[in-house]
Amino acid sequence: MALSPELADHPVLRRLEAFHPEAVVEASDFRGQLAVVVRSDLVRAVLEFLKDDSALRFNFLADLTAVDRYPVEPRFEIVYQLRAMQSGQRLRVKARVAGDDPRIDSVVSLWPVADMLEREVFDLFGVRFDGHPNLRRLLMPDYWEGFPLRKDYPVEGPR
Amino acid sequence: MAEPVTPPPLSQQTMTLNVGPQHPSTHGVLRVVLELDGETILRATPDIGFLHTGIEKNAEKLYYSQVIPLTDRIDYLAPMSNNLVYCLAVEKLLQLEVPPRAQWLRVLLTELTRINNHLVWLGTTALEIGAMSVFLYCFREREEILKIFELVSGQRMMTSYIRIGGVALEPPPGFHQAVDRVLNMLPPRFDEYEELLTENRIWLARTRGVGVLTTDECFAYGITGPNLRATGFNLDLRKAEPYSSYDKFDFDVPLHTAGDVYARYIVRIAEMRQSVRITRQALEGLPEGRILADAPGIVLPEREKMKAEMEALIYHFKIVVDGFAPPAGEVYLPIESPKGELGCYLVSDGGSRPWRMRWRPPSLLNVQLLGHILTGRLIADAIAIIASVDFVLGEVDR
Repeated sequence: MALSPELADHPVLRRLEAFHPEAVVEASDFRGQLAVVVRSDLVRAVLEFLKDDSALRFNFLADLTAVDRYPVEPRFEIVYQLRAMQSGQRLRVKARVAGDDPRIDSVVSLWPVADMLEREVFDLFGVRFDGHPNLRRLLMPDYWEGFPLRKDYPVEGPR
Repeated sequence: MAEPVTPPPLSQQTMTLNVGPQHPSTHGVLRVVLELDGETILRATPDIGFLHTGIEKNAEKLYYSQVIPLTDRIDYLAPMSNNLVYCLAVEKLLQLEVPPRAQWLRVLLTELTRINNHLVWLGTTALEIGAMSVFLYCFREREEILKIFELVSGQRMMTSYIRIGGVALEPPPGFHQAVDRVLNMLPPRFDEYEELLTENRIWLARTRGVGVLTTDECFAYGITGPNLRATGFNLDLRKAEPYSSYDKFDFDVPLHTAGDVYARYIVRIAEMRQSVRITRQALEGLPEGRILADAPGIVLPEREKMKAEMEALIYHFKIVVDGFAPPAGEVYLPIESPKGELGCYLVSDGGSRPWRMRWRPPSLLNVQLLGHILTGRLIADAIAIIASVDFVLGEVDR
C-alpha cells in the first residue's frame, strides 16, 4: 500500500516491506508512536518476524488487547504492544478482524505471556484465538453470556 | 522459549489442593489450584476475576477527568502511580505541558508510593515466611507515608491527587517538614528490617534458590520491574523512557543476578533506599510556580478567578458539563510502577470520553507467571514464591 514518504523510509517499515510486500496495510506516527496495521491473516508471521529479525528484535510483548470500532467494519482491532529490549524501541502492531465470527491466530507459541491476555480479549470481546491452548473466560464467570467490552453491550449490564 | 516441563508423577495418584480465594496468604481474592504429587507441585493454575469491576468499561462512559478516581481503585497500594500513568496518557494525547512544580510533586509522591508498595510487599512476604514482627514494623512505617498522602489529598489511599495538567492542590503548610521527618525516619528503619532478615538463617533458607527466574523467562512472560531487575537485566523505565522529569534526578537502579526470592527482596530494599534519595531531591529542589498547566478549556480555572472573570466561569461550566475533547488518535504510555511496567493505552475518537482505555497491569502478568514458576517446586515454597512476585488483586482483575 502507499505510505507517506517519511514513513515509507522508516527502518521498521522497510524491513517489513522486505519480509512481505503486502503485510502492512496502514502505518501511522501519532505523538511519536509508530503503529502499523497488518493483514490479519499474516499477523502471526509478521510478529514472529519482528521478534526474531536480527535487525529489529522486538522480543518483548508488552501488551495485547483489542479495540471495538463498532459500527465500523471490520470492527475489532487486535493490538500488540511490542518493545525491543536491547534498543528500547517500541512498536504497536494492529490487525483488524470482522464482527461476524471474529477470529485470529494465537501468538501464545511466540510469547507465553499472551496466554492470559488472549483469554481476556476472548472473555471481554468474544474474539477467538486459533491455536490457543486453553481459550476460556478469564475475568467473567464461565456461565456469562455476552462480551462486556463490546460497544453494543450496555455499561449498565444486560438489562 | 521451552515449555515448562511437568515432571511425571511418582505415584499413581495426584492430589488437588485448592488455595484461596479467601486464604490470607493470597493478598486478596486469588485462587490457585495446585495439583500435587506428594509434596511436589505438578501443575498450578491461577484462577482470577473475583474482583472484576469493569473499570475499563466504566471509563468509556466518563469524561476524561472523571476517570481519575477509578484509577485509584485499580492498584490500591500504589494510587499515585495509577493517577500518574493515566494523566500522562491524556496529556500525551493533548500535548499538554505540565509545569515543573507539578512534575516535582508527582515524582515526590510516586516515589513515596513506591516505598509504600514495597513496605506492604516486604511485610506480607515476611509474614508468610513466618516473620511476624517485620510485618508490624512495615505497616507502622507505611502509616507515616499514608499520613503524607492524607496531608496533600485528604485521603490515605484513594488519593486522586494527580490531575490532568498537574496536581489537585497546593501542598498545605507543614508539608515540607512532614516529608522531611519521614525521609529521616525511613533509612534507619530499613536498616532494622535488614538486620532482622538479610542474614537471618531461616530467611536465607526459605528464600535463596527458591522460585528462580531467568531474564529470558521474564521476557517470555512479560515480567518487568523489580522481578526483572532481580535477574540482572537493567531496565527501569524511569531511566530508559523518562517521564515527569525523572531524567533530572540522580539515582541508581539496583540489580541482582540470582533471580530468586532473595534477589527480589534485596532489589526491593535497595529500591526503597533509592526512592528516599529521589524524594529528598524532589523535596529540596521543589520549584516555585504553578501546580496546574495554563490550559483553558482543559484544566479547571482557579476558584478566585471564577469569582472575578466571566470567561473563567464559562470555562469551568463547559469543562464540568461537556468535558473536553482530545484529538482523535491513540497513545500507549508506560511508566515504572512499583510492580513493573504499568501502561495506559488510550484511544480517542475525538469525543469527550475515552473510546477505549486499556490498563496494562503488571500484577496480572505476575500472577500468570505463577503457573509457570510453581511447577515442579515443593508446596512448602509455594507461598513464598506467590508472595515474592508482588501483585494486587484489584489490578489483576480491574
